[in-house]
Amino acid sequence: MSSIKLRASAKDGVTTVKSLISHPMETGTRKDSKTGEKIPAHFIQEVVCTHNGNTVLTASWGAAISKNPYLSFSFKGGAAGDKVGLSWVDNKGEKDADETEIK
Amino acid sequence: MTSMKRRIFLKGSLATGALGIAASTGLIIPRTSLAAWAKEAFEAKDVNSAVSSMFGSSDLTASDKIKIKAPDIAENGAVVPVSVSTDMSNVESITIVTEKNQNPLTASFALGATAIPDISTRIKMGKTSSVIAIVKSGGKLYSTGKEVKVTIGGCGG
Repeated sequence: MSSIKLRASAKDGVTTVKSLISHPMETGTRKDSKTGEKIPAHFIQEVVCTHNGNTVLTASWGAAISKNPYLSFSFKGGAAGDKVGLSWVDNKGEKDADETEIK
Repeated sequence: MTSMKRRIFLKGSLATGALGIAASTGLIIPRTSLAAWAKEAFEAKDVNSAVSSMFGSSDLTASDKIKIKAPDIAENGAVVPVSVSTDMSNVESITIVTEKNQNPLTASFALGATAIPDISTRIKMGKTSSVIAIVKSGGKLYSTGKEVKVTIGGCGG
C-alpha cells in the first residue's frame, strides 16, 4: 500500500501498465478560500517506469497534470511474473515508489 | 473519518514498505541517468518558447500520423483525459502542450527502446484551448492539435 496503484498485464507480447498516484498536484495559483492566501505549488515533476529494472518511460510533468494523476502506457515484451516498477519525485523532493508483477 | 483511518494506515505501511522497496534494486535508479526537470520550459508562458526551451527548436512539422484522443467538450477542466498515440517508428518522446494554459507545457514522456508510443493521462485546462501533441522521432519534431472546449476551468480560482 502506497501512494501508487499499479497494474500491469501482458497480452500478445505487449504489456499494458495502468497507474494512479495519490497526489494533490497543486499548481501554486489556487487560493485558499478561507484565508485568501495562495496555496504553494506542490506537484509531481518526474515519473519513472521500469520493466525488470530497465527504464521504459520517463515522464516530466508540469502542474497541469490533474490531481491524483492517471498514467497509462504500454511496452513491447514482458511476461507474467516480470517486475514493473513506478517511482515519482515532486517539486518538494517527496517521493514514492511501487512495484508489481505482470499478470 | 475514513480518510483519517486511511492516512494512519498509509503511514504504518509506508514505513515497513520502504525496506522492501530498497531491497528491490530495480527501483533504485541513479538520479544522474535522468534528465533534470526542464524548469524553464515548464515555466514558459507561450507555446513557442516552451517548445524551443524543451527541444532547442520550435520547428514543428504538422503530421497526420499523430492521434490525439480528447473530448470535444470538457465539462470539467480540472480533469481532461488525453491520449496521444502515433504509428511513427523510432519515437523518442511524446509531449503534450495546452496552448492557452498559463504555462502551456503540460507533460513530456521520454520513451525507452521497448515503449510503445501510446500514452494516456489526465490534464488540467484553464479554458478552451488547443491541445497540441508533439512527437520527436528521428531527431525531428512532428505535431498535431485538437481543440477542446472547456465549460468550467480547472486552473486557479
